[in-house]
Amino acid sequence: MSQIKPIIKRELQSYFATPIAYVFIVIFLIMSGVFGFYFGSLYERGQADLVPFFSFHPWLYLFLVPAVAMRLWSEERNSGNIELLMTLPVKKMDWVLGKFIAAWLFIGLALVLTFPMVISINYLGDPDNGLIVASYFGSFLLAGGFLAIGTCISAATKNQVIAFILSVVVCFLFLLSGFPMVLNFFKIFLPQVMVDAVASTSFLTHFDSITKGVLDLGDLSYFGMTIAIWLYATGLVIDMKKAD
Amino acid sequence: MIECLNLSKKFGQFTAVDDLSFTAKKGQVLGFLGPNGAGKSTTMKMITGFLEPTSGHVKVCGIDIAADPIAVKQKIGYLPEGAPSYGEMEVGQFLYFIAALRGIKPSLIKPAVESVISRVNLENVYFQKIETLSKGFKRRVGLAQAIIHDPEVLVMDEPTDGLDPNQKHQVRELITDMSKDKTIILSTHILEEVHAVCDRAIIIAGGQLVADNTPAEMEGMSRYHHAVSFISDLDTELLNKIKQMNCVRDVSYDSRLKETTVFPTQGLFIFDEISEFLRKQSIQVKSLKMEAGRLDEVFRNITQPMGEREVVK
Repeated sequence: MSQIKPIIKRELQSYFATPIAYVFIVIFLIMSGVFGFYFGSLYERGQADLVPFFSFHPWLYLFLVPAVAMRLWSEERNSGNIELLMTLPVKKMDWVLGKFIAAWLFIGLALVLTFPMVISINYLGDPDNGLIVASYFGSFLLAGGFLAIGTCISAATKNQVIAFILSVVVCFLFLLSGFPMVLNFFKIFLPQVMVDAVASTSFLTHFDSITKGVLDLGDLSYFGMTIAIWLYATGLVIDMKKAD
Repeated sequence: MIECLNLSKKFGQFTAVDDLSFTAKKGQVLGFLGPNGAGKSTTMKMITGFLEPTSGHVKVCGIDIAADPIAVKQKIGYLPEGAPSYGEMEVGQFLYFIAALRGIKPSLIKPAVESVISRVNLENVYFQKIETLSKGFKRRVGLAQAIIHDPEVLVMDEPTDGLDPNQKHQVRELITDMSKDKTIILSTHILEEVHAVCDRAIIIAGGQLVADNTPAEMEGMSRYHHAVSFISDLDTELLNKIKQMNCVRDVSYDSRLKETTVFPTQGLFIFDEISEFLRKQSIQVKSLKMEAGRLDEVFRNITQPMGEREVVK
């Protein structure tokens, strides 16, 4: 455990040593604002909540999180650095966790920087701040799920562009499986139990229920499990691919 | 102490390392020689725990790496090929990071970094980003990273590749300095380096061990071992006279350099005879010398497939 801390610290430093951090944060803030106000009509709705703002987060993360995740491992493999990392007396899972946590914290920071939204809505009306906190929490978990997928795919290729595109596609599938259009299609020939099963694999289903203010243990453990499984897979992929 | 027992590594159908066994003792600098693709780097990657062997064992300081990889990695300092590091980090930052991961106690990290900085002369680039450094400095950062925890075993993949002669000299001095109480393995293409730093040399070809000798023994295997060469204008008649001497096996003449090389009959010293002969014939001679043996020739002979080998008479 003591070795995860220096890894997290180094990773975070490296975000801010390069323009990645600034570009990501600025784009994230602008996009989340644009989506919330223009497409979500946050202002025109005349309701004191941040539902339009949060409802676009899955789509924003779909592109931005793979952009953060793509370099996590593919860059290490491409530069040959992985040989250095894997010969240091550090457990492989410490690397996987350290890099993941650093990236997650970084996205969390971008998320925290959207706080003017909360201030504005509190100024304009009288929102349910408990719901807003729950939504932030759900949004953070969602980002973690996407990030874990991206981490695993990044470990599988040396090429960051391929890692990015594949991550977007896989994340999209995980979103899609909760979409009414897709579920209606399955309803035609599958029993309701199976349709529910498909829906339950979706990030969207679980994210929606958290943003409605329902902090269900099922939803939390869904994200926890998803992250754990993808990170475990990352460890396996690293072992398989490190020599290539 | 490093022991490799029947080490093999296969990548799919391709056998990179084939039943390799050797031992490197404390205080020894072991040179790894071999053509590109011979399996040098793969072997080093198995010793340092980056790759798992397909079969066979690696023991470092008596610990089997398969049984306790972390303990073994703790004892090893490794300079991978090309000396990879984090380009966006400053030299100092990077070394602090490595020191922390090496498990050096927080209170000892600062002295460890400072001492390694002065040993490999990185003082002037301490605050510079690694990606902005020249190749020689990058290599030295890699070296610093490998020795920061004063490891018992040091494994270096081409430590002097791409360095200028001064830097090579520095690195070799550093290696010689450290060799007393460490086990050092280094791979190289440069044969003079074997002479300069290694106590023992192993030649690998096609994943197999083909020679394991001291550099001097290896030179003894050369056709040029104890051959006498001199530079002078000679005609064919004189060359034939030398050739007919009892102690002489063969003579070669390089017309461009005007250099004559006289090969002795197996095991004989012919320096005196040749110089005597030249004096008697009153031939003007530049640079008369006895050769120790040419490692590059031995290397070529050992590592080339049978058909392509130069015939040793």
